[in-house]
Amino acid sequence: MTPQSNAIEVRALNKFYGEFHALKSIGFQVEQGERVVICGPSGSGKSTLIRCLNRLEIHQSGFVSVQGIELGDDLRNLDAVRREAGMVFQHFNLFPHITVLQNCSLPQTLSRGTKRNDAETKAREMLSRVHILDQADKFPGQLSGGQQQRVAIARALCMEPKIMLFDEPTSALDPEMIREVLETMIDLATGGMTMVVVTHEMGFAREVADRVVYMEAGEIVESAPPATFFKTQKDQRTKRFLSRILS
Amino acid sequence: MAIGETNVPLTALPLKPKQPWMKLFFGDVFSSFLTILSILIVISLLPGLNWALFNATWPGGTPEACRDGGACWAFVGAKSRLILFGLYPPEHQWRATLVIVLIIAMVLASLSPRMWGNKLIMLWGAGIALMLILMGGGLLGLDTVPTSKWGGLPVVLMLAVLSLGMGFPIAVLLALGRRGSLPVARAVCTFIIELVRGLPLVGLLFVAAILLPLFLPPDWTIDKLGRTLAALTIFSSAYLAEVVRGGLQGLDKGQGEAAQALGIPYWKVIWHIILPQAIQNVIPPLTNTAIVMVKNTSLVLIVGIFDMLSAARSAATDPTWPAPSTEGYLFVALIYFAICVSISIYARHLENGVRARSHS
Ligand SMILES: Nc1ncnc2c1ncn2[C@@H]1O[C@H](COP(=O)(O)OP(=O)(O)OP(=O)(O)O)[C@@H](O)[C@H]1O
Ligand SMILES: [Mg+2]
Repeated sequence: MTPQSNAIEVRALNKFYGEFHALKSIGFQVEQGERVVICGPSGSGKSTLIRCLNRLEIHQSGFVSVQGIELGDDLRNLDAVRREAGMVFQHFNLFPHITVLQNCSLPQTLSRGTKRNDAETKAREMLSRVHILDQADKFPGQLSGGQQQRVAIARALCMEPKIMLFDEPTSALDPEMIREVLETMIDLATGGMTMVVVTHEMGFAREVADRVVYMEAGEIVESAPPATFFKTQKDQRTKRFLSRILS
Repeated sequence: MAIGETNVPLTALPLKPKQPWMKLFFGDVFSSFLTILSILIVISLLPGLNWALFNATWPGGTPEACRDGGACWAFVGAKSRLILFGLYPPEHQWRATLVIVLIIAMVLASLSPRMWGNKLIMLWGAGIALMLILMGGGLLGLDTVPTSKWGGLPVVLMLAVLSLGMGFPIAVLLALGRRGSLPVARAVCTFIIELVRGLPLVGLLFVAAILLPLFLPPDWTIDKLGRTLAALTIFSSAYLAEVVRGGLQGLDKGQGEAAQALGIPYWKVIWHIILPQAIQNVIPPLTNTAIVMVKNTSLVLIVGIFDMLSAARSAATDPTWPAPSTEGYLFVALIYFAICVSISIYARHLENGVRARSHS
């Protein structure tokens, strides 16, 4: 991996669910340190694309590489990529049977063999970074949605990823909790993290994104810096989507 | 709200019994019915109580004293050694006693979920080896006692614990295979589970203990107790597999995905993330299977293992005592009951722990 290489490189990516063509020859690049927001109507393939980036979905053809590591059938590459890219899910997916602290420390132990003490130190550090260290000994079920999502972010950060992938991190949250999660994400962005965020929070896109990507029906329709994206749209479909979502 | 309440006509208010205990026992039609039913049951049991307690001959009594009617607990006292230890040589009985103590101690040590882990598995491995050495001898200067002389409670406990303990990992593999994406593995696992569940345990025991040796070459002498244990293990693994599968089915797909996305290897995801949650979801049916398996050990008498039930039966044939088979069986039943109730209580305790964690 050369320092100039793209954080994410996707070329001619095709993904099928049985007969259904979910991603149609996608080309998609993310530079080191770039923040990209992906938006688009439901079913357009946003989740599928972001999940192909750490192989939660297996693509049928095309090229995907993350931090210069190609995602193919080589399982060693897969482990390496998953260490480079952390993921945050819509429904948090915290492990309910262990405490918040263990949610952050156990994955380190299991995936890298980190010593328990070191893992817990790291976990505390990340929990305090998302301002939730005081909840460390509770179980996830005892936290609010916004708190759970911040724990999920801390859990991903504990693996020291170079890239963070977010799949609609605020769409399962009550409005009053969206803010706290977005602030955490803005903090991350300010710290220089490479981020790919699927979201409908256009305010976040305006404030943080370097580039906004619009997807529809398994294709990338438009990709532009937010200033351009929100002012002039090249494609009619983008225009229609934005007028609907911003009204 | 308050206005609505005052507007309720007085006749609609439930009758207010004067005393709280009256309300508890006769508060409504259903609890009145239960109260009366319970009173009738207690009355009908009174003659039995008379037999079991007031007219009984207590341990230490003679066979002659038992002839007056009433329960002959003296017989149980005299035969308790036979029922508890079977034909195990009396001079080595301390070894069998130690095995019982060892099993109970290990079970107690395993109760707290905080203990669960690789260390506990190693402890069990060592404990089981020690048990086999204690029971069988031939090592450490202990006299050899062939398995044909083993019997009673230690054998029942060993069969129950080992068939569940060894059945469980097999069950996990079967359940994973049946839910997996590999068509061949899925077919094989489904076939094994359905085949074993379709067979009565008695049949499986017969096949293992009596038919199997006929098919194997004569110098393949696997011990009968070992074959019985194998049959019980296969049986319990098929039932446990379906319980585990139920637990896996109830799990959110996101749990495995989140763990994978964190780069945790497959088997560690299964062991540390998926299984603990799957098991938490199915504590009641798991308890049920455990209790059934404990009681199933009483069936091994049909293949000639000298368990507590066989011992009670053979004790009853002693002509010096006036045919007191009921007391012997009651004694065995009491032991099974104590074990099964303990399992239930423990399971409820575990469930409360799970519940406490999932709510604020
Ligand atoms: N496992 C699957 N099997 C079959 N079809 C699927 C599967 N997952 C997704 N799809 C289909 O692929 C298309 C894209 O799905 P995807 O989840 O990527 O959409 P999305 O843009 O994330 O939508 P949303 O905003 O609702 O999350 C949808 O039409 C969906 O029905
Ligand atoms: Mg989606």
